[in-house]
Amino acid sequence: MSRIAACFDALKAQGRQALIPYVTAGDPNPQVTVGLMHQMVSVGADIIELGIPFSDPMADGPVIQLACERALAHKTSLAMILSMVAEFREQNDTTPVVLMGYLNTVEKMGYDVFVATAKKVSLDGVLLVDLPPEESEDFGKDLRQAGLDAIFLITPTTTEERIKKICAAGSGYMYYVSLKGVTGAAAIDTDAVAEKLDLVKQHTQLPLGVGFGIRDADSAARVAQIADGVVVGSVLVNALGDNASDPEKGCAQVVLTLSEMRQAMDTAV
Amino acid sequence: MTKASVLPDANGHFGPYGGRFVSETLFAALDELSDTYDLLWQDPAFQAEFDLDMAHYVGRPSPLYHAKRLTKTYGGAQIYLKREDLNHTGAHKINNTIGQALLAKHMGKPRIIAETGAGQHGVASATVAARLGLECVVYMGVEDIRRQAQNVYRMKLLGATVVGVTSGTQTLKDALNEAMRDWVTNVDNTYYIIGSAAGPHPYPKIVRDFQSIMGREARRQTLERTGRLPDAVIACVGGGSNAIGMFHPFLEDKDVRLIGVEAGGSGLESGRHAAPLSAGTPGILHGNRTYLMSDENGQILPTHSVSAGLDYPGVGPEHSYLKDTGRAEYVIATDTEALDSFRELCLLEGIIPALESSHAVAYACKLASQMRPDQTIVVNLSGRGDKDMQTVADIDGIKV
Ligand SMILES: Cc1ncc(COP(=O)(O)O)c(C=O)c1O
Repeated sequence: MSRIAACFDALKAQGRQALIPYVTAGDPNPQVTVGLMHQMVSVGADIIELGIPFSDPMADGPVIQLACERALAHKTSLAMILSMVAEFREQNDTTPVVLMGYLNTVEKMGYDVFVATAKKVSLDGVLLVDLPPEESEDFGKDLRQAGLDAIFLITPTTTEERIKKICAAGSGYMYYVSLKGVTGAAAIDTDAVAEKLDLVKQHTQLPLGVGFGIRDADSAARVAQIADGVVVGSVLVNALGDNASDPEKGCAQVVLTLSEMRQAMDTAV
Repeated sequence: MTKASVLPDANGHFGPYGGRFVSETLFAALDELSDTYDLLWQDPAFQAEFDLDMAHYVGRPSPLYHAKRLTKTYGGAQIYLKREDLNHTGAHKINNTIGQALLAKHMGKPRIIAETGAGQHGVASATVAARLGLECVVYMGVEDIRRQAQNVYRMKLLGATVVGVTSGTQTLKDALNEAMRDWVTNVDNTYYIIGSAAGPHPYPKIVRDFQSIMGREARRQTLERTGRLPDAVIACVGGGSNAIGMFHPFLEDKDVRLIGVEAGGSGLESGRHAAPLSAGTPGILHGNRTYLMSDENGQILPTHSVSAGLDYPGVGPEHSYLKDTGRAEYVIATDTEALDSFRELCLLEGIIPALESSHAVAYACKLASQMRPDQTIVVNLSGRGDKDMQTVADIDGIKV
């Protein structure tokens, strides 16, 4: 069984939901990332989404754009990020790691090289925001053969017909984007999300993660009531950005925010 | 083999290029646009509406002008200029904005957004928005706002809001990123008028179709004037809309050379240029697969050109296809060559061209000198140079 499936199964047995933090790899510098991943796990992160910085992050708001710029100022590359995953795995063989980013970085590395390396370093999943199912048939097949999950987004504008198509192509978990907009945008409307999730559930057995607009313990707890996983990004990245010259402080802030979320999620049930 | 002129396929592919590489949020909007466009483009009433605006608002057909003094100077092929500079608002961009604004109107969208580099597409968008009573927001890199201050003022006079983009390299590609972010957020009430034959499907097709009016006219005009088709058709390539609009009606005329001129900046070897077809590799940016300028890690490289409208690291996907199949050729003109041609056209023909178009003129002159006087070159003079007065004066060290 894949790490992602095992993770959701274990949580389900405990009646809990996955806490899924996103940070941009290499932000504020590449030395910070692996340590931060371990710290996040220690306060209850179940799956880690690691962003691949890109020069033109079209789907991201200013917070993650700046994180990309900080990471790229240190020349953080996809090859380096795969090495970070390998280093993380030296001490942690259970927490799933998903890379999230834009297709051009993978295309440039070469799909074969990427899949082979990802498998070797025990990566678990890939989510490329500008790669829809209809453009990823071959790549999706390669990922599956290597035991990696291809994770896709579903959004408020996704039609039922597309939901079917996306659910058929995806594995690991489905990622529901809670709002129309870029990362770091407005607050979440949990009722609207719940309604759409009901529709998605008719088309997949996969766990459902929800992201965008989750910024504190309260919103995390509310989403945990309606979804299997809670994805939190911009609020963490913001903490790293605000303390870019003092990464230790930034990481401490991330850890604090996550532990508050964890606690709220676990007591709300 | 499929005829090049019938592409793209149903999913927006030109061979391996094009497609739809965008956030899931935009799929419904792109599908809606595709469906609306496919219906309307076949509809004679819509065609008539478009043609009427082309004739009486834009001032089409634009003349095909025989540049005799320029021709004589190079002593070779006859050089004809397709005078898109005479269009209302001063460039070919208006052909596309009128078409897309009509789509927006039919789709009931009260708000339009656009990205702009040189400001010509922004001005053209602000113009059609004013005319149709639509709200208009134009995204423009702050570097371009500085270079093209006059156009910024024109957009404001026309009632548009110009939003300065400070992310990334602060030029056209960043303006496009920002426009996409706006669209993802306001997709329910907003129509995004992309300014070039780039972006996700169906934009490259839509923009090409609206701009092909230039090539159809030029083909007919050349036949009328010279009794045969031109030997070469030349256009500058930024995102590729003025070039594809000129090329497309000639695709099946295999004896007509199609030549796109990219911005060579300070020269290809300097790395300071905007010539993805000449010096780039295929990749994914702004919703399609195409030739790009990116580094070994897939990060998009900064570009340079004296002309803001060519300062873009990608290119419309159909050009990538035409390059690979060899149907079109892609070359460069440097900043210096473009500036020289700019001055030459002023002095020899009394025409002040846009710096973008000056790239096409520069290569046309070079090629003409290697051709015979009984041969013909048609150059797309995609825009006029009024907007570039500041840039050229700065280079000359003159305060205007
Ligand atoms: C006059 C003129 N020509 C050419 C271009 C380049 O665009 P494209 O390659 O889409 O024609 C621009 C863009 O701003 C322009 O203003």
